Amino acid sequence: MDAVTAPEKRIMEPEKEQSMQSARAEAAGAEAKMGVEGLDLYYGEFHALKDVTLDFPKNEVTALIGPSGCGKSTLLKTLNRMNDLVDGCRVDGCVSLDGDDIYGGLPVNDLRRRVGMVFQQPNPFPMSIYDNIAFGPRTHGIKGKEELDVIVEQSLRDAAIWDEVKDRLKKCALGLSGGQQQRLCIARALAVQPEVLLLDESTSALDPISTAKIEGLVTELASKYTVIMVTHNMLQAIRVSTKTAFFLLGEMVEAGDTDALFTHPKDSRTADYVSGRFG
Amino acid sequence: MSKSARKEGFARALFTLAAAISILAVALICVFLFANGLPAMFQIGIPEFLLGTTWKPGSDMYGIFPMIVGSIYVTAGAILVGVPAGILTAIYLSRFAGSRVASVLRPGIELLAGIPSVVYGFFGLMVLVPFIRVTMPGRGLSLLAASLLLGIMILPTIITVAKNALDAVPRSYYEGALALGATHERAVFRILVPAAFSGIMAAVVLGVGRAIGETMAVVMVAGNQPVIPNSIFDGVRTMTANIVLEMGYAADLHRGALIATGVVLFVFIMLISLLFSAIKKRGEER
Repeated sequence: MDAVTAPEKRIMEPEKEQSMQSARAEAAGAEAKMGVEGLDLYYGEFHALKDVTLDFPKNEVTALIGPSGCGKSTLLKTLNRMNDLVDGCRVDGCVSLDGDDIYGGLPVNDLRRRVGMVFQQPNPFPMSIYDNIAFGPRTHGIKGKEELDVIVEQSLRDAAIWDEVKDRLKKCALGLSGGQQQRLCIARALAVQPEVLLLDESTSALDPISTAKIEGLVTELASKYTVIMVTHNMLQAIRVSTKTAFFLLGEMVEAGDTDALFTHPKDSRTADYVSGRFG
Repeated sequence: MSKSARKEGFARALFTLAAAISILAVALICVFLFANGLPAMFQIGIPEFLLGTTWKPGSDMYGIFPMIVGSIYVTAGAILVGVPAGILTAIYLSRFAGSRVASVLRPGIELLAGIPSVVYGFFGLMVLVPFIRVTMPGRGLSLLAASLLLGIMILPTIITVAKNALDAVPRSYYEGALALGATHERAVFRILVPAAFSGIMAAVVLGVGRAIGETMAVVMVAGNQPVIPNSIFDGVRTMTANIVLEMGYAADLHRGALIATGVVLFVFIMLISLLFSAIKKRGEER
């Protein structure tokens, strides 16, 4: 898309999308915690996201699905501006958190505190379990030992890993198993009290048992946090999410209630994908 | 099959020979040093040799304690000068410098590594020593001059090794820190630098090894009095300087005492090398 046609398109599309969105939001009774509107994203010349408009309902799990390279991870990384690290990345359109434009006045470090992220590969820091969790709160100015102790315990409990690590908080986090490391990373993200949690294929490097634990955990977390997850696993989207958006070649093809999207897809491309005909 | 097996056998023998040559060189140096140095050391008496504070070959007094202390002082001074500057430069190059700044700095540092030590010595003699003589007490030829000069000389070693260690830290650590709302500076100094700690320590140890073994530049600026210095403005003689200054005319026990100085230096280098492998091993275990 070139610059001349872009604004025109943006005027038209959001209306259509919004009416669709609001109808669904009313049906679900949920307000949007985050939203993107008319989002175009370029990596240099490559048009990675094409005019995406999507709402993420508060205290629900939204799943982003689609084949590799469809832009779902790119969208996720836009929500906490991790895309800023990519050379030549350019974003057009509006991304909002509680109605505020995250590319506007909101300082990026505040944004990333409020919108936490768990990566595909577990990436605990090479330090103790305690220090891993305490790094975030310390970053945001919490210094008191008692206060940190409380945060560390609560975060590890919320991530369902406290019982496994409570006796070795001073041990290096790299000694944990892959599944434990990923739950530690979730605990680390929770320790800064985020409002939104982004999961970027966070179970794809794990075994089925660890995956099941994390899925159960995500379902519980949704009562307190708005969760947005990218997944390659459609069954996982069905098990965990209430809303699903399907992406193809940088375009959002269809979004809606997870059950409806998988059982009665409106778009034939969605139908082909969810029935396993490609991807 | 037998032909390829023969070929392989030949290649294996060739590589083994090549590897053996370097081992042989180390072994020969070892044998030569100890065979020539130890008898002299025993003749002087080990406590008198290592702890004696008087070095007067004319009166058959061979105490190298001032030179051991001199080497340690000069090396410590070089570390004080070179390590902070070197590590901060490595951090800057690895995580802060833009590509244009880096494209100027990196060749500059490589050039610094390639300058012969006698040229460093000249720089010290023509610039550092006169500057110290004019602005500070003493004659300028001093522990301070040697420390400053060596501090500059070990910079390339420290910068290169520390930068490699920092560059090797997985990107995921950095991203993980940023995703928690940390600034670039905090991510670098609280996550990346600690993660590269063993590599940075290895850089320091290599710098120490380079500083303690340096000879030419030190001889030119240190003053070389075989006396324990009282201040950083006094002259100092290192073990390396002791050997190179007197070897040309030494004979008999004097010659043996100089070789024995080499033995002590060799032991120092060996300890540093052991420390280096221990640090490296610890880093790999993590």
